[in-house]
Amino acid sequence: MKMLSELGRYFILMQRVFSRPEKWKMYYRQIIREIDSLGINSIGIVIIISIFMGAVVTLQTRYNLENPLIPLYLIGLTARDTMLLEFSSTIVGLILAGKVGSNIASEIGHMRITEQIDALEVMGINSACYLILPKVIAAVIFNPLLTLLSMFVGVFGGWLASVTTGALSSADYIYGIQYWFVPFYVSYSLIKTVVFAIIITTVPAYYGYHVKGGALEVGHSSTKGVVASSVLILLFNVILTQLLLA
Amino acid sequence: MISVKNISKSFSGEKVLHNISVEFEPGKTNLIIGKSGSGKTVLLKSIIGLHEVDEGSIIYKDIDLVTMPQKQRSVLRKEMGMLFQGSALFDSLTVEENIRFPLDMFTSMSDKEKLDRVNFCLNRVNLNKVNHLFPAELSGGMQKRVAIARAIVLNPKYLFCDEPNSGLDPKTALVIDKLICDITEEYHITTIVNTHDMNSVMEIGEKVIFIHQGHKCWEGSNDEILKSDHKELNDFIFASSFAKKMKSSIDQASS
Repeated sequence: MKMLSELGRYFILMQRVFSRPEKWKMYYRQIIREIDSLGINSIGIVIIISIFMGAVVTLQTRYNLENPLIPLYLIGLTARDTMLLEFSSTIVGLILAGKVGSNIASEIGHMRITEQIDALEVMGINSACYLILPKVIAAVIFNPLLTLLSMFVGVFGGWLASVTTGALSSADYIYGIQYWFVPFYVSYSLIKTVVFAIIITTVPAYYGYHVKGGALEVGHSSTKGVVASSVLILLFNVILTQLLLA
Repeated sequence: MISVKNISKSFSGEKVLHNISVEFEPGKTNLIIGKSGSGKTVLLKSIIGLHEVDEGSIIYKDIDLVTMPQKQRSVLRKEMGMLFQGSALFDSLTVEENIRFPLDMFTSMSDKEKLDRVNFCLNRVNLNKVNHLFPAELSGGMQKRVAIARAIVLNPKYLFCDEPNSGLDPKTALVIDKLICDITEEYHITTIVNTHDMNSVMEIGEKVIFIHQGHKCWEGSNDEILKSDHKELNDFIFASSFAKKMKSSIDQASS
């Protein structure tokens, strides 16, 4: 019953979020700020994690591949498809849910308890739309770019690991990452990223927006936002995979 | 003029405001006083429309806020300015950006006109050379003054102040009180101030409403308040032993 009530409140908030802004110029400025805060600031962590994941996937596949009948270039293919199908969208999504989600929930929660949201409302501004919509638009625009970056860097990480450890030759790896390439995998990954971007921004924003109390409750809302968005990402990962790949 | 008629408000089944009716006059500093938890802030936020009332009406210029559509409410709110208890300045914006925010959002003024208006409002609240500071770099009193400047930047018809003196020393509190009073008279706006600071009551309370446990118990001016024989009001005003002695000397003088 409580879950249904929360779901209802979430959709009521979304109705306010996706309404007509008072002045597009102000929202445009906010979108640029959010792209910087939520997107550009996440480039570092996405690069670091992707490069190491690409390397680990390559090395693990190599050490588990003992059958001499299986060609080594398939390791490149495995690394590429792992990055394209799952890691760069879902795992990066989960990482961003932690980094960006906690940021959003605590920022909006702090604004709620310090009455900054009430101040916006008193001015006649739709606070939900002004605070949340630019974050959603920024994430929907920028997260696919992060996913593409993660794909390239991850595949590069795999190449770097194979060359530096001697697990397989550069030529084998490069042949592998070009072998049996399905372009739709990139589209599939980007579609998932857009859905995850909406989850990552709106769910923590919902928890932050409805905070009551003080700093402790802001912390709780941040945790709830990250947990709920992570679970939803995993759930929608299954749903979208079934819908797009089955 | 704001007319509040028979409003009640409850949270989770617990009634916080009971059938309150009051009229707030323009050009006057109207004070809502009462103990902490008496329902002052809920009343103020209900008058603004931040809380939806259970019953009753809140009339602004012959239009009921309670039944007003959201769009019309947004238009009305552009005529409101509010000073929050904790100032509620936007942390990520500088003083200048905070005050300019309503101008950016609702006017088509040029950057030069906006800057002039911001500087005019800052001068009005006696602040200079703080344009590029962030709220965290200001003292509590300065933050309140910036919040007042932001509240008046669009020339509001209604000014609401929720405990404007909380956290301020008595001298700074008087400066803020005087500023609110002067602005009210100067622009002939309807000002409602929530407070439990007796200095404010005596200094600027042209019309005072006393709220006790969600009921309006008393209404009058700061001149009348000392002579009142309302028990709860006297318990509130003369809470300290110093004030009690003062009350007994007033009573002796009048008898």
